[in-house]
Amino acid sequence: MKDLRWRAALVLAVLVVALVYLLPTVGQELPSWWVKFFPEEKIHLGLDLQGGMHLILEVENAKAVENTAERFAQELKDELGSGHIRFRLVERQGEDGVRLLLPQDQDWQQVAQLIKDKFPLLEVVDRKVSQEQLQVILKIEADQVRHIKKLAVDQGLETIRNRIDQFGVSEPDIRTQGENRVLIQLPGIKDPQRAIDLIGKTALLEFKLVDEQQSVEEALKGKIPAGDKIYYGRRVDPVTGQVSRNAYLLKDRTLLTGEYLTNAEVRIDTQYNRPYVALSFDDRGAKLFEKVTGDHVKERLAIVLDDNVYSAPTIQDRISGGNAIIEGQFTMEEAKDLAVVLRAGSLPAPVKILEERTVGPSLGRDSIRKGLFSMAAGGVLVVVFMVIYYGSSGIIADMALVLNIILIMAGLAALRATLTLPGIAGIILTIGMAVDANVLIFERVREELRLGKTPRAALDSGYSKATLTILDANVTTLIAAIVLFQFGTGPVRGFAVTLSLGIIASMFTAIFGTRLLFDYLLQKRRMKTLSI
Amino acid sequence: MEFIKPDINIDFVGRRKFAFAISLGLILIGIAALLYRGGGLYGIDFAGGTVVQLRFKDPTEVKRIRQGLKPLGLERSAIQRFGGEGEDVFLIRTDISRSELANLSKEVKDSLEKVYGENTVTVERVEMVGPKVGKDLRQKALLAIYYALLFIAIYISGRFELKWMPALIMAGALILGVYALRTAGVSIPMLILAALVITMACCWVLRLKFALGAVTALIHDVLITLGAFAIANKEFNLTVVAALLTIIGYSLNDTIIVFDRIRENLRKSRKRDFAEVVNSSINQTLSRTILTSGTTLIVVTALFILGGGVIHDFAFALIVGVVVGTYSSIFVASPVLIAWEARFASPQGRARRRR
Repeated sequence: MKDLRWRAALVLAVLVVALVYLLPTVGQELPSWWVKFFPEEKIHLGLDLQGGMHLILEVENAKAVENTAERFAQELKDELGSGHIRFRLVERQGEDGVRLLLPQDQDWQQVAQLIKDKFPLLEVVDRKVSQEQLQVILKIEADQVRHIKKLAVDQGLETIRNRIDQFGVSEPDIRTQGENRVLIQLPGIKDPQRAIDLIGKTALLEFKLVDEQQSVEEALKGKIPAGDKIYYGRRVDPVTGQVSRNAYLLKDRTLLTGEYLTNAEVRIDTQYNRPYVALSFDDRGAKLFEKVTGDHVKERLAIVLDDNVYSAPTIQDRISGGNAIIEGQFTMEEAKDLAVVLRAGSLPAPVKILEERTVGPSLGRDSIRKGLFSMAAGGVLVVVFMVIYYGSSGIIADMALVLNIILIMAGLAALRATLTLPGIAGIILTIGMAVDANVLIFERVREELRLGKTPRAALDSGYSKATLTILDANVTTLIAAIVLFQFGTGPVRGFAVTLSLGIIASMFTAIFGTRLLFDYLLQKRRMKTLSI
Repeated sequence: MEFIKPDINIDFVGRRKFAFAISLGLILIGIAALLYRGGGLYGIDFAGGTVVQLRFKDPTEVKRIRQGLKPLGLERSAIQRFGGEGEDVFLIRTDISRSELANLSKEVKDSLEKVYGENTVTVERVEMVGPKVGKDLRQKALLAIYYALLFIAIYISGRFELKWMPALIMAGALILGVYALRTAGVSIPMLILAALVITMACCWVLRLKFALGAVTALIHDVLITLGAFAIANKEFNLTVVAALLTIIGYSLNDTIIVFDRIRENLRKSRKRDFAEVVNSSINQTLSRTILTSGTTLIVVTALFILGGGVIHDFAFALIVGVVVGTYSSIFVASPVLIAWEARFASPQGRARRRR
């Protein structure tokens, strides 16, 4: 008797805890005292149910190493120059190397000392003396290369997070995955293309001089002068609206980059009613900008973003104060997004989309509706079947089934797991499998009754004999579910979670829960016959 | 209410040759279909590529969509109606996966709206998987199948006959053998095959006849489900693999029920003929075998009919798996047991039992 009371208390306690976890999901508005003491987490819906975008990006962090090597080469050139050391060539070699060509009679020790002092991260890997020159290969230290690569991913993640925050997405999930991948989940996004543009843009802003001495036409024919490079810009004809490409011959050397930016915002040009982006530099940037503009008055300064020339205005005068503007012929939306990416900073390395999965909100709603509908239909069929086949014992099994579903849902909320469409399928499957346990018990009890046992004895031996079989049968499915959880991603993982929860809950409800009801009926109500 | 009378006595065991023939036939047809379709079986999750699901405002047909995709050079994509008749939802699948920022779905939508008019096409879903990720996912899925088989094989070999020592030996043999093969650079499908062969061999050598029967039934179920997919012209994707793993777990349920009863009956009456014990055990558990599978079948069928296109293939796999799993626990797992007993049980043992 006492034992019965304890078991009832346990089942009741489990039910109450489950309901506490479930209430935030079912209830409309939670009272404030509730929020203070109890969980307020709703069951989290996967992107396939609420709509949204899932992206996996690869940060091409080798490019970040390449950029560093490029910068070292540039700086080495400057240092050699200011140290009055003669050299024939300094250039980047491969991903992480710098090639240095010196005249044969140049004192190597002097150069080696300079490299040691100013470039501690470079190490000499090869030195070859030929008849007229000395070739030295320098490489960035392996440790440093690893560090640069890791940093590129970390900074990339941070930049992307900044951009998304400014774009305004509620509850984005952004994290690194593996060595050089970034996983991004944006629930409820409306314009996936715009988001992709915003996230994926490297947004490397560079200021370069237009080479006025040489002609672009000649360069386009293949005669590109040393130290120059051809860039293109988009030009929209204001009258016809036709888009054309403009070629520019720019000096390769970058005078200023976007790293000194403190702000970027959209303003409207009142004269033409066109949006433009206003930039502000920090102190160091402002000084650099002042020097650049002062040194090159009457020359054209190209504003290059991700290798596209946006504009190339002529410098009228020295510009102090650290303000600049980017004029392009863009729409309001383009200008806004440009300001966002400039504010958030550039990505340290370009990114590539490895995987994209986007579900529109209407399909998500449709999936929920269809999922719940098939759950209801399957559930009702099973419930009705159990009552018809097993009579009032069937009702007991059905009560266990309802408890089972409550427990799965509560488990989802408590574990902060995500409910996905395969997850709903997992619950549906559990409905079918949960009654299996009761079928096994009931069939066994029927068998015992046929042997002439009393209801009490039949139940006792029925439960004890079926329990082991039920455990066995469920363990194998549980193994599969756990393996699936380990290897699955996204939606499939949701399935693994609901299936595992369902199996565990069904063992509790079918073996423990229904037994309690039977015992109650037999002991308290002194039931003499068993409708099974 | 009772569907199956308690005193039912069908001679399942006597028809085992016939059942073997059917199983073998189904498996061979399935394997032929699998080989015939080959790489075409992989959905974009595993092969890489792009799927765009579109909803059209007005009724249309595949031919016209194909026409609309011509400017993009996508007219050779696989285009199929998705969801029920009357719903103008179509799936377009191409092998192209774009890592650049240009979004294929937008191009598709724009190109089609030139034909159908503004705002008549809605992009409901886009899935783009690059070749690199496709390869990763393939690897992951195969590893999942491999580990599920491994753990379940070890569990049932130990559990059925309560011989945990042989099970441990088997686990060791499996891990060692597979590790050796892996370091030798064998591909994962081969690895799965090797693991299965090692499992069967271990069951054989260690005389784990129940485990042998269960594993045989398991392989039987998975092969037929795979074959059914190939015949029904469906594709494998991540959710289908999830369904497959569930089948691996679930198809054992019925087998375990029958086997538990066989062991119980063997303990009770040592004098009876083995095949006879098996047959009566199948009959005694027939009602629960049918019922448990039946309830599960009810819900997965509901899912298949009402669950919508996205989950359709998943439900299909489960339906096939549940049906075949039930069949195999009666007609494959138990007969394997009998075949083993007939051939390998020692003559003395048999003589003793006869006495």
